[in-house]
Amino acid sequence: MPTIADLKLGQSATIIDCSSEAIPFKLLEMGCLPGNKVKLLQVAPFLDPLYLNIDDAFVAIRRDTAALICIEIDPDE
Amino acid sequence: MSKQINVALIGNPNTGKTSVFNALTGLNQKVANYPGITVDKKEGLCKLSRVLKAHILDLPGTYSLNASSLDENIVIELLLNKNNKDFPDVAIIVSDVENFKRNLLLFTQIKDLEIPTILVINMADRMSAKGISLDIPYLEKVLKTKIALVSARKNTGIAYLKTLISNYRELSLEPCLNASSIDPTYFDQLQSAFPNQQLYKLWLVITQDVNFGKINRQEMDVAVFKTKSKSDLKRLQQKETIKRYQFINNVLKQGQTIDLSKAKDFRATLDRITMHTFWGYIIFFVVLLSIFQAIYDWSSTPMDYIDASFAQLSEWTKATLPSGVFTNLLADGIIAGIGGIVIFIPQIAFLFLFIAILEEIGYMSRVVFLMDRIMRRFGLSGKSVIPLISGTACAIPAIMATRNIENWKERLITILVTPFITCSARLPVYLIIISLVIPQGRFLGLSYQALTLMSLYLIGFGMAILSAATLNRILQFRSKSFFVVEMPSFKVPLIKNVAITVVEKTRSFVFEAGKIILAISVLIWVLASNGPGDSFKNASTIVKQEYVDLDSYQVDQKIAAYRLEHSYIGLIGKSIEPLIRPLGYDWKIGIGLVTSFAAREVFVGTLATIYSVGGNNPDTLKQKMSAEKRADGSAIFSLASGISLLLFYAFAMQCMSTLAVVKRETNSWKWPLIQLFGMTFIAYLISLIAFQLIQ
Repeated sequence: MPTIADLKLGQSATIIDCSSEAIPFKLLEMGCLPGNKVKLLQVAPFLDPLYLNIDDAFVAIRRDTAALICIEIDPDE
Repeated sequence: MSKQINVALIGNPNTGKTSVFNALTGLNQKVANYPGITVDKKEGLCKLSRVLKAHILDLPGTYSLNASSLDENIVIELLLNKNNKDFPDVAIIVSDVENFKRNLLLFTQIKDLEIPTILVINMADRMSAKGISLDIPYLEKVLKTKIALVSARKNTGIAYLKTLISNYRELSLEPCLNASSIDPTYFDQLQSAFPNQQLYKLWLVITQDVNFGKINRQEMDVAVFKTKSKSDLKRLQQKETIKRYQFINNVLKQGQTIDLSKAKDFRATLDRITMHTFWGYIIFFVVLLSIFQAIYDWSSTPMDYIDASFAQLSEWTKATLPSGVFTNLLADGIIAGIGGIVIFIPQIAFLFLFIAILEEIGYMSRVVFLMDRIMRRFGLSGKSVIPLISGTACAIPAIMATRNIENWKERLITILVTPFITCSARLPVYLIIISLVIPQGRFLGLSYQALTLMSLYLIGFGMAILSAATLNRILQFRSKSFFVVEMPSFKVPLIKNVAITVVEKTRSFVFEAGKIILAISVLIWVLASNGPGDSFKNASTIVKQEYVDLDSYQVDQKIAAYRLEHSYIGLIGKSIEPLIRPLGYDWKIGIGLVTSFAAREVFVGTLATIYSVGGNNPDTLKQKMSAEKRADGSAIFSLASGISLLLFYAFAMQCMSTLAVVKRETNSWKWPLIQLFGMTFIAYLISLIAFQLIQ
């Protein structure tokens, strides 16, 4: 299953699963919960960290965390 | 008699909580430490009416009551302990228009603790620009609270907020959510085991690893009730969060409308520029460069003025008061000592001005994003950048600022290398030596002296990075990464907030560091004005016999120098001279190195005292230093010794207060001792090489 780490720049997706215990709780509290939207806004040099819009919250997380959050990528418009 | 109530300000980071605090209290506030820990405790007074005053506590920013840092623990500990003297009569939750949904998570949690709660929606002036409209009466009804729409920026809504605080008794205590709906069986068990306790409070005590004080522990020994495993509890917490968001989403469906077509937003554009793979770094570099140029150029005029004024004041005191020990103590010990503190005010104020503005704009988080991957290569985190930049002001707050680095190894390395960063206490030492040994002149419009200063900052930063990389290899422990950084929206900085920060930080430097500097200045004066044996007492006879053909002014100078050499402090300096001679220093600089251990800037004060003790002419310190000669007639402060000294100050661990903070933050003497010996060894070695090469 694809994860946030697989998103391309500007691509949107819906969060499916984020039950891994390695995901910081703070991220869940910011809205990283199943059913919510996520969009990749920017990627820092060396492809890490990722700048995301998760359910209207603007957050940066590292690639290893992003790889734990399963998503369903929205079809291209 | 007027009555005083306790008000706690609670809210997510970046909601403008501090602006609301400033608007309520004005300058009527103070910053202290929580007992035993180094988290800032900001409190202030707000007059509500003739008979009612509010004591306002600005709690550290937190996203929820699930604490993941020491700062956040403070919020929970306070809210769960009714016996705490600061326990709020009313809690004010500060949210902001743009992040309203997320802010409500914390609000619903506090509400569930059945504490009287007021909801502040800050930055209300941005509503129209964002196309947001809120149905306040509806929100007040479903959230069971009173809402104040506030713009701390435009100073609107504050009066209404004060009215709401005054009428705090009318607030509803009803919770928003039913905690037991997360897992009814478990919560029923919990409630029947502790029938007198509030359910949500029980849940927090179980899930949070914080210290609730003895009273609470006796009241409910929940340790025996931890029937669920850690991962079960975490799953329940996640369920709780989902439940809360369901509630919030339902509330907002009716209470909030967002018309995106009306939203005017520069955020995306600004993000694209400031976080750009290439331009982002260029911008960061330019920002740093202008800060250093400003610190050096803008503050030189006021500093020269302060320097000259204190020299005059000292002379005036000597001329006006009857001569004697007391006058000398006042003129050469105390006034010279105070002058040595006051002279840093322009630079420290400028530095904090820039740091405060960058924080207010929201730029710092962009730097975290840009730097994370690069810093991680050296065992640091993007979040280490803020401590490292704060380290340019002072290592102490910088080391305290490492607390939001969740990964212990990254945090420890940041703590260990931060003292390499050029702090403001080194600045006066650098400035005076640079102005003595580096020639005037400009290169590409920047002065050589400014470029030297910039290089010293870069060298300090480079050494920090290098040591971090080394430590990263040596230290072998694993820890998980918890890197989550919120990117706040860009804001025009609020002048009032910036001004309060600058005044507060400068004031604390002057009074905290100043106390030590003044005490040491006086101590040095005493040690320099007294000496053992006859050679100190009979200085004037000995010198006069030796130099019969000199005029009286030259003889006086010789006497003063002779006395200093045979004073107590002269003896201390001389005893370490063999050790520091290879670095190009004499015993007077040696004294400075010893006293610097209390705080580096004491070096300048020490030299000021030593040289004003050593002569009676009104030259300012700089002139006196450049007039210093070795036995062979060459200047003491030459290019070689000057650079050696600059490098020594760049690398040596010379600050007791920093060591004390590191001990407290790492909870062991091991790390501060490693810092002390490691850094001082590096400093000695590099200064030695530099002096021997340039000489």
